[in-house]
Amino acid sequence: MIEKVSRRRMIASLGAGAGGLLLSGCDRIGRSAGFQAVQFSAQDLTRRVQRLVIDRSALAREYEGADMSPLFRTNGNVMPASPAYRAHAASAFADWRLVVDGLVTRPLALSLDRIGRLPARTQITRHDCVEGWSAIGKWTGVPLRLLLQGAGLRAQARYIVFHCADDFNGIPYYESIDLVDAWHPQTILAWAMNDKPLEIGHGAPLRLRVERQLGYKHAKYVMRVEAVESLERIGLGKGGYWEDRSGYQWYAGI
Amino acid sequence: MTPEAPEEEIAPEETAPAQPQGGDLVYRHRRSTRIWHWLNALTVFVMLMSGMMIFNAHPRLYWGEYGANPDRAWLVIHGTRAAPAFPGWATIPTSYDLAGARAWHFLFAWLLVVPGLLYWAWSFRNRHIQSDLAPSREQLSPRHIWSDIKDHARLRFPTGAAARHYNILQKASYLGILFGLLPLIVLTGLTLSPAMDSAWPWLLDLFGGRQSARSLHFIAAALIAAFILVHLVMVVLAGPINEIRSMITGRYRLPREKP
Repeated sequence: MIEKVSRRRMIASLGAGAGGLLLSGCDRIGRSAGFQAVQFSAQDLTRRVQRLVIDRSALAREYEGADMSPLFRTNGNVMPASPAYRAHAASAFADWRLVVDGLVTRPLALSLDRIGRLPARTQITRHDCVEGWSAIGKWTGVPLRLLLQGAGLRAQARYIVFHCADDFNGIPYYESIDLVDAWHPQTILAWAMNDKPLEIGHGAPLRLRVERQLGYKHAKYVMRVEAVESLERIGLGKGGYWEDRSGYQWYAGI
Repeated sequence: MTPEAPEEEIAPEETAPAQPQGGDLVYRHRRSTRIWHWLNALTVFVMLMSGMMIFNAHPRLYWGEYGANPDRAWLVIHGTRAAPAFPGWATIPTSYDLAGARAWHFLFAWLLVVPGLLYWAWSFRNRHIQSDLAPSREQLSPRHIWSDIKDHARLRFPTGAAARHYNILQKASYLGILFGLLPLIVLTGLTLSPAMDSAWPWLLDLFGGRQSARSLHFIAAALIAAFILVHLVMVVLAGPINEIRSMITGRYRLPREKP
């Protein structure tokens, strides 16, 4: 049966078709390697300009107790699936050790108790998720700088990689930062949140706080801190789980 | 520009300086304005559409420093990954992809900011802002503004020599975009960066916190979208071929005076 098409309907469907073509064109452009390279260089430009404009030691704002979110929501994994993690959680991480290794002169294996007796920093900061929400919470933990100094960071080391106990689709979570953020005074491995031992939903026993970047950089369930020269051999080479799997930006300062 | 022979016989010196009249082709848009216009026609659409995809990741807006699902939102657009707040035909990319949308957004952000600043500087230098966009004293009188609003509402657009200059509503819109909404959307966008907040905490205070800045960023985007809509309607009503030609070649045919 031949449908009689009115001129108006034909124009409308032509318009919709052209719009659709344009949009699927955008999708196709977005997937092309060449365009992604252009996007990547724009991100690199953003990182360079931000690093130029922002003082290395500039602190993220620290808030008062009264400014805190009444309820700090969890995100990502809230309970790692691995039996080893669950066994540690069941024994309150008594036999658990944080490993600090890679390009260091003295690899460390520190108990939670030992970490808790190291000098600690407490900060009330705003957590900004890449999705757009923010929550303000109080974090207490050991400055990463102290651990790296204790382990003796070697001169070739350029990145610090965090290996985590949780996984997505069977791939353990991992993240990385460079030394600018690793030495920053607010970069801590937090063992307490809002004056209580860190809950499992928020990343017990240790969660990275890297306050000048977005939430996905704040790795939870940190098991191992590895100093490396290059991110090439970490995961698929982009420096983090979401960077490798979904194309998120390694530099999450914006 | 050669004015056509007047209907009555008047000696040329009596008409000097020659006033262009309806039907004349006059030079209306400088090259810098035309280039920036078409670059922005692309950039602003990519920014709005990728921005809507970013919004889809958390389609709730708050006032203050913090704001997440347990907190009170002033705007919630219900959506899921399958049926997002803003539908696929309005977003870049068309299906849920926050990382991809951010890659588009932060590439085109540079195309918005750098040429925007150059255009600002250039338009002060060539006096586009001072002579074409700044309202004249006469235009600012309430009576004049009111009569322009009435003319606009009745879709009576200026003709002849009067059409050579922007009317007060156009000037207000263009200045509002150039010095109001564009700086607001760029600066609120910068405030969403936790790294920039460590460098410029005063900007965060200016907007009343990060979630307020996010809300203002969204409101500014909505106002820019509304401007584009009105702008396109006006182009169609005022004669799309003449208007689009003038933004390509710079030459605009003055509408003929109504008898």
